[in-house]
This record gives sequence, structure tokens and C-alpha cells, in this order.
Amino acid sequence: MAESTGPDAIAADARPRLPRGVRLVNSEAQGGFVLLAPERVFKPDPIALAILQRCSGDATLSEIVDDLAATFSAPRERILADVTALLRGLADKRLLEL
Amino acid sequence: MAVDTPREGTGADALPRPLGLLAELTHRCPLGCPYCSNPLALEGRHDELDAATWARVFGEAAALGVLQVHLSGGEPAARRDLVEIMASARDAGLYTNLITSGVGLTNERLDALADAGLDHVQISIQDSAEATADHIAGYRGAYARKNALAAQVVRLGLPLTVNMVVHRANIDRIEDMVALALDLGASRIEVAHVQYYGWALKNRATLMPTRVQVERAARAVEDLRARHEGRIVIDAVVPDYHARYPKPCLGGWGRRSLNINPSGRVLPCHAAEVIPGLEFWSVRNHSLAEIWQSSPAFQAFRGTDWMQEPCASCPRRAVDFGGCRCQAFLLTGDARATDPVCVLSPRHAEVAALAGVQEDAPYDYRRQRVPAEGV
Repeated sequence: MAESTGPDAIAADARPRLPRGVRLVNSEAQGGFVLLAPERVFKPDPIALAILQRCSGDATLSEIVDDLAATFSAPRERILADVTALLRGLADKRLLEL
Repeated sequence: MAVDTPREGTGADALPRPLGLLAELTHRCPLGCPYCSNPLALEGRHDELDAATWARVFGEAAALGVLQVHLSGGEPAARRDLVEIMASARDAGLYTNLITSGVGLTNERLDALADAGLDHVQISIQDSAEATADHIAGYRGAYARKNALAAQVVRLGLPLTVNMVVHRANIDRIEDMVALALDLGASRIEVAHVQYYGWALKNRATLMPTRVQVERAARAVEDLRARHEGRIVIDAVVPDYHARYPKPCLGGWGRRSLNINPSGRVLPCHAAEVIPGLEFWSVRNHSLAEIWQSSPAFQAFRGTDWMQEPCASCPRRAVDFGGCRCQAFLLTGDARATDPVCVLSPRHAEVAALAGVQEDAPYDYRRQRVPAEGV
């Protein structure tokens, strides 16, 4: 069951989470949240951070999109497209499990 | 919406903050790889920092901005207090990466490390073929042990990187190496061409691949990346003697990372002690922040003011920082010279010639001058 269609669609009931070895941490010295992975460090922008903080493994994709749409008062379809693009990109880099 | 690599520094005058710390816990190692990145003069066991000092240093590192610590050696498992040391890094808030040969680390100790929060394991494997792997390591049984440990890493659910150092004897098997890493369940493989410092410099002509081999290997890596995208990350370290431009050594001297050797001296990179006249400070006498800001060794080649021509006016000077200072010294005798790997260096032709010198000599294996205890 996919919310959107196309080759990169993610199932609406997928529960995205950071795999072991990938951690989102708040570094005072670096001035904010960073995503740490094997030999790599990423700095999420505020929107990416809001998405990543919801990838707990408990919430489904649908719930994450609903939550973001409410929080940012933005159209659900646009949020879904943004979230799908980000999560798919992270999953391809082995930074996220879907 | 983006997830980017962070930039260093916040303004023109801001001192950059380091992101990574390479902690060489010991130089002791049961293997004898002829391209070992440790210096020729290896530190002995009695000079090693104790676990309490490492714990203090990890706290200072985190406060300075360091995010990831790479626990390395030698073989870090030669330290009996490895679990305690790793746990102290994790407690300081650091992402912990264990860089191990796999020899001397039992499955039980790996379990204890995983329980204490280890984030990632990198295992070196010398070749995809067992006999040559053990020959390169100078240790019979190494290949089997590494494979067994890799399986345990994956069983524990830890992410695994396989590090393959490539050179003339194994460069034609990159496809097999990636297949092995996939079989082992690795999420990442480093295909790292030998860098010619220390032990590798002694063995340069034996290790040096031909240009034909290098070009074939580069195509193989591209093909493998396309074929396995999403399954395994393939990172490649380029063979710089065959390159046109030098590598931006660690992203710039004293800019992104630091290295602490087993006895506590803090180096901008693991090879920096080959450069004569540099004054290195120790964590035994100074805080890490003082060393990062003020130690003469870190200030020596920071930024671009130290450069000579052709680097000083080169548009690439903030891209590759003149290349590697250690390599500039080793190949030209002047640490401020342009890294002669660069085509713009007046000494480039010498490097290109060295890249064409291949010899079938036995390996001069890495060894401790004074037999180390406890290995």
C-alpha cells in the first residue's frame, strides 16, 4: 500500500527508523543537530531535522506526514513528496531503514 | 530540505572545529602489513596513555566539537582495557568507530563492546583470496579470523565496513573484494589504494600498481557502485601517484581532524612526525583545546599563508590545500613545497616516473624494533 505512486514510493504503513550505527545527536560545540553515520557526518536543515526526529520506528509514514502537515500548516501532498524524497535518499545511502 | 556535510568555521577569523579524532590506542599489532600507516618508529607498550587519560581526552574532544572517534592502532584489541576506553568515549557523547584487524579481538569482547554502545566496526581484510591475504598480513589464519569476526559483527546488528587496501598484488580482484564484503553483510567497503608513507614507502616499488591496473580498477569501482547502489556504499581512496592533482590531505591541515598517538602526542595527521622541526604537544601536558588552537605543529600549515608558488596564487589552493605536507617533504625535502603529485609542481615528472617503477621483491614487513610485550 503506497500513498503515492512511482518507483520511489514508500508504503504508507512503513515505520522509518535510523538503523544501528546511525544517530541523530545534538552537539553544542557544532551548534545543533548532526546525523552521525559510519565515516560520515551530515547537518540536516530545519525541515530535514523535523522529519528525522519523527523517524522513531514507531510512527508510520502516514502519521509522520499528518503530524508535519499539522505542525507546519502545509498541504499534505507537498509534505508527502518532500518526506518521500528525503527518506528515499537516506535509505539509498544506508542511513535509514524503511 | 537537505542533509549536507557541515562546513567548518563560522567566519573568516573563526578557528575551524574538528569533526573527527583518530585515537591510536597502541602501536602493538600481531600483523605485519607492509603498507602499515603507523610510523617506522613504533611506540612501546610502556609509553601508552592509560584509560583514565583517554577518558579525560574524549571529554575535551567532545567539548571542542569532535563528533566521531576512530579507535585504532596498531591493533586496538591489544589493549586489555579496550572496552573501558570505548565506553568512556561513548559516555562523552562521541560516535565510536572501532578500526580493527580482527586478530586478537574475541567474539566475547566484541559482545561486550556492543553492549557498551559501540556504533560501528571496520575490519581490514588484505585480499579476497585467503592465501594471499595471509601472506600480505604476514600472519597465517588472519583471513579466517577476520571473516569469523565480521559474521559476529553482523549477528550483533552492528554496521560493518570492510577496509581493503589495494596494491599491485590484489588490485585485479576488486570485484571479488566487493562480493566478499556483500557476502559478509557489510554496509560499506573502502577500496583504499596504498598511500606511500612510512612502511609503504619502504615497499613502494613492490606495492605500486601499473597505470593499466589503476585505470581498470577505477572503471571497476564505477561499475560496482552502479550495480550495488542501495546495498553497499563503496568509498574509494585514489592512488595519488597516478593522479593529476593531489589529495586534499584530510580536508586541510588542522582543519577537520586530529590524531593522538599511543603516548599522547597530538598530530594533525598520522604521518606528521616525518616532517622535521615540527613541535608536537602532548595531552599529558595540555588540554586538547589548547593544542588545537596553539600548538606549533597545528599552526604550521593551517590555512594558505604558508604556501609558496605555484600554490600561493593557484585557484585550487582552497580545494586541495597544496596537497599533502608529509608527501611534499618525503618526495622533495621541503614540507612547504607543492605536493609533487600535482601536475603544476616542477617536480611532478619525478612522481610520474616513480609510478612506473614496479619490482618483484619480498615484502619488508612492518615490525617493532624492540619486541613488544603482550602481543
